[in-house]
Amino acid sequence: MPDTGEVSALHSVPPIALRRRVTDHVMTGVAVLTVILVLVPLFAIFAYLVYRGVGSINWAFLTQTPKPVGEAGGGMANAIVGSAFILALASILGVPMGVGAGIYLAEYGRNRFGDVIRFTADVLNGVPSIVIGIVAYSIVVLYQKHFSALAGGVALAIMMVPTITRTTEEMLLLVPQALREAAYGLGVPRWRTTLSITLRTATSGVITGIMLAFARVAGETAPLLFTAFGNQFWNLRANQPTAALPLQIFTYAISPYDEWHRQAWAGALVLIILIVTAVAAVRFAVRRGTFGAA
Amino acid sequence: MPAPQPIEDTKVRDLRPAGSEAAPVLRGTSGETGDRVFKFAMLVCGLAVLGMLVLIVYELVLRSGPSWHAFGFKFFAGRDWDPVNEQFGALPFVYGTLVSSFLALLIAVPLSVGVAVFTTEMCPKMLRGPLSFFVELLAAIPSVVYGLWAIFVLVPILSTYVEPFLSRTLGWSGFFDGPPYGISMLAAGIILAIMIIPIISSITREVLLVVPQHQREAALALGATRWEMIRVGVLRNARAGIMGGIILGLGRALGETMAVTMVIGNRPEIAKSLFAPGYTMASVLANEFSEATGDVYLSALIEIGLALFLVTIVVNALARLLVWTVTRGQPSRANA
Repeated sequence: MPDTGEVSALHSVPPIALRRRVTDHVMTGVAVLTVILVLVPLFAIFAYLVYRGVGSINWAFLTQTPKPVGEAGGGMANAIVGSAFILALASILGVPMGVGAGIYLAEYGRNRFGDVIRFTADVLNGVPSIVIGIVAYSIVVLYQKHFSALAGGVALAIMMVPTITRTTEEMLLLVPQALREAAYGLGVPRWRTTLSITLRTATSGVITGIMLAFARVAGETAPLLFTAFGNQFWNLRANQPTAALPLQIFTYAISPYDEWHRQAWAGALVLIILIVTAVAAVRFAVRRGTFGAA
Repeated sequence: MPAPQPIEDTKVRDLRPAGSEAAPVLRGTSGETGDRVFKFAMLVCGLAVLGMLVLIVYELVLRSGPSWHAFGFKFFAGRDWDPVNEQFGALPFVYGTLVSSFLALLIAVPLSVGVAVFTTEMCPKMLRGPLSFFVELLAAIPSVVYGLWAIFVLVPILSTYVEPFLSRTLGWSGFFDGPPYGISMLAAGIILAIMIIPIISSITREVLLVVPQHQREAALALGATRWEMIRVGVLRNARAGIMGGIILGLGRALGETMAVTMVIGNRPEIAKSLFAPGYTMASVLANEFSEATGDVYLSALIEIGLALFLVTIVVNALARLLVWTVTRGQPSRANA
C-alpha cells in the first residue's frame, strides 16, 4: 500500500494548493512594493535638488562670499574653497596613516594583534561623527584656544582612517602571493616588494578605498560644527575658523529667510554633484581596474 | 653554425657584472635595516588606529569628569536640562535617541529586507546591478541634504496629509495625538529610516548571497513555492547575519546627527505622542556644544557624548561579530 502511494505521488505531481500559490504571489508583490517605497524617497530627493537647486546656481553663487541678511545675491564660494581646504588637510593626515595601517594588516598582521587592530578599525567606523568632533575639539581647539580649519581636518582624518585601512588591507590581500615570492626570489627586500610590487599592483583598489572614504567625509557636517565652525569670509589659514559647504547648507536651511533657503538648495546640489561624481568615477575605475571583483 | 657563437659569448660576459652586483643585495644588511624600518613605520600606523580609539575614550572620560562628579548616575535619570541653574539631566535625550532609532528600525527593517530579498532572489539578473546601485546611492547622500529635504518636503507632507490622517484613525492610542506641526519625533524616525535602509539592505544582501545554493535547491525539490523556499531555505539560514545588519543600522541611527537635529524640534521633553517635538543625544551636542558656557555645562555635554560613544561601540561590536560569524563561512546553526 505505501509503495504504490509513493509511486503514484511521483507520477502525478499534485497541484500546489491555491493558498500557497496566492501567498507566493502576494509576497512577490510585497517585495516589489518595498523596492518602490525605498526608491521613491531617492528620486524625490534628487528631483527636488535639481528642481530647487538648478535655478539658484549662478555665477555669483560660485564666485562670491555670503551677503548679509536682506541683501540679495552673494554665494558660497568661500565655503566651497573652505571645504576643499579642510578635505585636503584631512587627506594629508589620514591617507598615509590609513594606507600604512592597511599595509601593516595585510603584510604583517596575520595574527592576534592584527585581529585587534582590524576589530578596532571596524568599531571606529561606527563611532558617531559628532563624537569625533568632540575629540577633535578637545585635542586641537582647546589648545589653539579658537576654532580652526586644522581641527576640522583632524576630525575628518580620524573618520577617514578606518575605511582606508580596511579597504587597503583587502586590496593588498587580493594580490597573488606568487608575485611577492617572485620578487623575493630576485633578491628584492621585503619593504621594496611591498611598495613597488604589492602596493603598485593594488593601486586602483587602494585609490577606490581612499575615494570612498573621501566621499563619505566630504558631506559630513556634525564634526565640523565646533571644529571648523564656519566663516562668512575667505580664509585659507589652517589656524583660523573656516567655512565649509555642509556647514553653510545647515546654517541656511534652518534660517527663516527664503533667500537663504534658495542658496541652501543650490549648495546641496553642488555638494551632491561633487560627491556623486566622485562615487561614479570610483565605480567606473573599479570596473576597468585590475580588481573588477567588487 | 658560426652565428650563435658570439651571442653566447655576450651572454656570458653580461652575466659576470650582474653576478657581482647581485652579491651586495644578497649579503647586504641594507635590506634588513630597510625591512626593520619599514615594518616599524607600518606598525606605527597600525598602532595609530588603536591609539585613536584610546584617545577618544581618554578625552571623553577626562573631560566628562566634572559632570560625573556633580551628578553621578542620576545624570541619566534626571529630566531637567537647565543650563542657567547648572542642573543637568540627560533622560529626555536618551529617550529621544532610543525612540527615534527604534521608530526608524520599525520602518526600515521590513523595507530593507524586502529590497534585499527582491534583488537576490526574485528580480531579473539585468535589474540586479542598477537596483543595488540606486539603493547604495541613498548612502552617498550627506546627512545635511537629507535634513534639508526633510524640512522643506517631508515635514510639510507630514503636517498636511499624514499626521491628520494618523490622528483621525489611530489618535485613540495616544501615540498620534496633538497638533500636527510636522516637526516631530515621527519626522525624525522617518528620515532616519530612509538613511539606514542602504546599510541594512546591503548587509542583508551580502548575507543572503552566502546562503548555500543547495539550501534553495533542496527546498524547491521538496515542492516549495518560491516564497516558501525564501522563507525556509534562505531567510532562516541568514537570520544571524540579518540581525547583524539590523544592529549595524541601529548603530548608525543612534549616532545620526544633522538630519535629526533639523526636524525633531529640539525640545528636551518626554512626550508619549510621536507628533510632539523631542531631542536626541546627538542633536543636543550639535546645538549646544559650541555655545556651552561653564565647565559643568560643557562636561555634561561631553558625558552625553561618552554615553553615545559607549552605546554605539557595544552595538557595533555586537553587529560585527554577528556578521562575521555568517560571512566567514562558519555554518550558522539552524536553530540558534
